[in-house]
This record gives sequence, structure tokens and C-alpha cells, in this order.
Amino acid sequence: MSAEEVRGERESWRRPSPRLLVLRRLEVSALALAALIAAGVLAALGHTAVGLACLGGALVLGLGAERFVSRRFHAWGYAEREDDLLVRRGVLFSRLSVVPYGRMQFIDVTAGPLERSFGLATVRMHTAAAASDARIPGLDRAEAARLRDRLAEVGEAQAAGL
Amino acid sequence: MTEWRRLHPLSPIVRGGRATIALGTVLLVSLLAGGRGSKDSTPELVIVGSIVALGFVSWLVTRWRIDGDDLRIESGVLRRQSLRFPLSQVQAIDIVRPGLARIFGLAELRLRTGGSSGDTARLAYLAAHEAEPLRDRLLTLATGARAHEGTAAPEPAALEHVLTTVPTGRLVASVLISDVGILAEAVLVALIVTALLSPRAAAGVIGAGAVWIFAVLTPVWRRFNQEYRLSLAEAPDGLRLRSGLIALSAETIRPGRVQAVRMVEPLLWRALGWCRLEVDLAGKQRSKGEGQAERRPLRTVLPVGSRALAEELLERIVPDRPPVQSPPPRRALWKSPLRYRMLAWGRTGTCVATTSGRIRRVTVWAPLEKVQSLRRVQGPLQRRLRLATVHVDTAGRSVHAAIRDRDTAEADRALAELSDLARTARRKKGR
Repeated sequence: MSAEEVRGERESWRRPSPRLLVLRRLEVSALALAALIAAGVLAALGHTAVGLACLGGALVLGLGAERFVSRRFHAWGYAEREDDLLVRRGVLFSRLSVVPYGRMQFIDVTAGPLERSFGLATVRMHTAAAASDARIPGLDRAEAARLRDRLAEVGEAQAAGL
Repeated sequence: MTEWRRLHPLSPIVRGGRATIALGTVLLVSLLAGGRGSKDSTPELVIVGSIVALGFVSWLVTRWRIDGDDLRIESGVLRRQSLRFPLSQVQAIDIVRPGLARIFGLAELRLRTGGSSGDTARLAYLAAHEAEPLRDRLLTLATGARAHEGTAAPEPAALEHVLTTVPTGRLVASVLISDVGILAEAVLVALIVTALLSPRAAAGVIGAGAVWIFAVLTPVWRRFNQEYRLSLAEAPDGLRLRSGLIALSAETIRPGRVQAVRMVEPLLWRALGWCRLEVDLAGKQRSKGEGQAERRPLRTVLPVGSRALAEELLERIVPDRPPVQSPPPRRALWKSPLRYRMLAWGRTGTCVATTSGRIRRVTVWAPLEKVQSLRRVQGPLQRRLRLATVHVDTAGRSVHAAIRDRDTAEADRALAELSDLARTARRKKGR
């Protein structure tokens, strides 16, 4: 196997649902909106200069956050290979985890209230090592269930002791 | 299968530990006072009596037995607890004898399992002469030799082959120039100097700083107490570590349960060519009901020894170690100026070795069949320098193998190779 293969240039990477990006944008815009309201209140109270500064700040922050969020979203990816699961993530600190199916201890599927309202779920694969980091957020609920069942199945077939 | 058995009747007293001593003192004082008729000692007697009664009840309801391949322990009155430990999952079995337990001739048996939550199986306390045969029996069951059940086990002590024992003089010297030792010495020297300069000030300092003096001396004492005459032996049922001055302990690490080994060489030790070997096991560092002193993040196999001795022991724990370790590219100096001199890594078909550390040098060997997952991480500075780090995760909690600051291409190659080799090693072991 070549280095390209493990880095996944030749892998078929799957991505989280685009709704995750919508959710993240929503979270960011809620914050920006709060800043905007603060700016409006300040402007209404007569501190026009301060209000305008806040407005500008909110816009810049919002745009910056939007860029950050979308880059982060596009960095997420996972690939199911024959013997292991690849998970990549992160923009500033880019990480690529290789987790063999046989090392899996258990799988966790969680969905917070916001994620649930978007029909999303987070799948997490745990190994005996605390440092292992195989989390895939924002999966479509059906895809999360499929992944969970597939991982459980392959994990059982390849299980290795400690 | 055996019938239900109870712990030793004296165990509540020893479990109470220091509280028992305090209780005894209170009782003695109140009796003396009562004898003189100066004070009514009934309240004290009632309190002491009820504590003794509670201890007795807790002893009465705690029982254990070996049930097939499991060890079962039941305890509690209001909150009844029934624990079942599958022996095949046991990582290590320890026999611990604190000072008080030795006075009463008792010993505690402790089973380490791999889980990150849940209780440790503790049998506290058994009669000392029972503990060793029980441990050998449990270990035999753990290896799945059920056919031998009932037949007398061979005398395991006779089969033990002692590999090394630490000389006390060398242990003292090594503790004195270790980090905790130097801190304690600095504090003591400061006190003595103060005392010489102005005796009155020294008295005040000692009075106020007693807690601090105690705090710096405790780790020194703990290390000395724990590692006093530590001997490593090879027994058929695993590696056996015996050590202790006041509190004795005998630990047995089952074969193939070592997740990683690390060798630590502090700055001052390097000048003397000394090093320290520690092995990491699966499971958490500290369990419920264990004090700070009992915490065992790592098992020290060799508290202090020469490189040659360490190599000899390593050969038995991780055979087939990578000989040559390659340094990282020069530009890694920008990212890790202090670490740069230490950084290196190497691998063979079955084992990966990494070296790191800023002041002390830490070398880690991880058997590839124990690798849980691999991670390639690249931070912003590393990206600019075209470097990347590959982490090798094992089930141990304390030893961390990381191939730091390698050229990106090399890191990718390492990631691919190691994941292939780990798979092969895993398969070979599974068969």
C-alpha cells in the first residue's frame, strides 16, 4: 500500500450531510445576530459611532466565522476501507485517524436537540485507547444507522483481544 | 467451583488503616479518663462501639468465591453489590501488604482488568498464607487451564527465575538525584541555611512550613518505600515484581499483557548511565477505594539500572526491537528546539520505538500487535515546515508513543506501513 492510499487520495471519501453546514451556519448567525442587535440598541441610544463600530465588528466576525465553519465542514471526511476506518478532520490542526475495525470496543450514536431537529447524528467509535479519535458528526440519520450496523458487523468479525 | 468464603475477620481493622489507630487512641484516652471518674466516657464508647459493629457487619456480608472462570464478590447491606470478574480478562494480579496488614499477618489480593470504568476486584484482606496459593490458582484459571483444577499446582516459587534485584545503595542514590529528591534536598538545605543564619527564624519557618516539608518528603519516601529491593522475576504465569520496605507488594503481569514499555533517562542519571524502565498495562490508573499512595499509573520494572541491564530486560519484554533510530529533518529545530536532540524513531516488523523528551529522554517501545489506532496530526507550524506527527495509540493510559516532527512524506509512509504491519501482527496473534 502506498502513502497516497493511506492519506486517502485514492479513497472514496464520504462527507457529513450538507445539513451539518446549515446547522453550523445557523449557530454562527445566531451569534452574529446577537451582536447586531447589540449594535442596533447602542445606535438607538445615541451612541451612533459605537453602534456603527459594533455593526462592522459583527459583520467581520460573522464573515470570518462563516469562512471558518465552511472550511471546517469541508475538512470532515471518512472512508470505510477493508480493515479500517479512516477519519479526517480539522483545518488548523489537520488530523487523520486510522482505526482498525478489530480494535473497536463500542460505537456511540448521539444526537443533541439541534442535531435531532436537523435529522442528524454523531457516530463515534471507541477503542481501548483513550486517545483514539474517531468521531464523525452530522451524519444523516439513516447513514448513521447504516454506519453503526456496518461497523458493529465488521468489528465483530475482526475482533482482536487487548 | 468453590463454596462462598469470607474474608479474614480482622480485615475491617486493617481496612480502617489510620482511622483504626485514631479510634484506638480515642478509646484508650476515654477509658483512662473514665477510670479516674473525672468524666463520663459513655458517648465515646457508643461511637466506637457502633463503628466496630459496622465493621463487623460489613465483614459479615462480604463473601467471595470462584465460580467457573469467574471470581465473584458480594458485599453491602443496604446497597447490595454483586461483582463478577471474568478471569480471562485479567491483566495483572497484585498481592499488597501494607504495614498494618503485615502486623496482623494479612494480605490483599487485587485483580486488574482492562476496563476504563468499574471496580477493581479487591479481596481485602486474606490471611497471608492463603493469598499466594489463591493468586496462583486464579492465574492458572485465567490462562484457561481448567483441566488442572483440583490437582495440586506445581510450586510456582520454585519456577521463578529472578532476573534482577535493585541494590539499595543505588536506589538511594538515584532517588537523591531524581526530580522529587532534588526538590526535597533544596527545601531541606534552605531550612538548614536559615537555621544557621538565625535559629529563631528557622523555628518559625519549620512551624509554618511543616506541611510543605511533609509534602516534599512524602514522594521521596513513597518512591523509596515502593521500590525498595524491587526484584523482577520471570515465572511461568507472567512477570513477577516484588518490592517494598514497610508495605510489601507482589505483582504478577500476565504474559502478553504489556501494552508499551518506556525507558526514562533524567538529565543527571544520563551522566551516570542510569535509566528506569516502566511498563504500561491496559485499564485505568486508579480505582475506587485506592489511595494516592496505591496509584499505579505504570509498573516500574527497573527503578534504576545501567543501560546494559535495561537492554537485557527489554529483550525479555519486547523482543525484536528496532536497532537504528533515524533523526528528524533539521528544520524540525524550529518547531521543537528543546526536543530536537532527542527525537527519533524506528520500527521492525513487530515493534515501533520512539524517542522524545525535553530534559529527560523518554524512549517508548510499543508492540505493533497492541496498537489500537494511528493518527497523523499536523499543526499550523508543522504545515509551514512540511512536518507531521504520527501518534501510535495503545490501550495503556500513561505511555504515549508519538513519531514527532517527521517530513510529511515520511510521516505518510510511516502511517501506511505501520497500519499494514499492525494488521499483520494482529492477525498473526489472532491465529
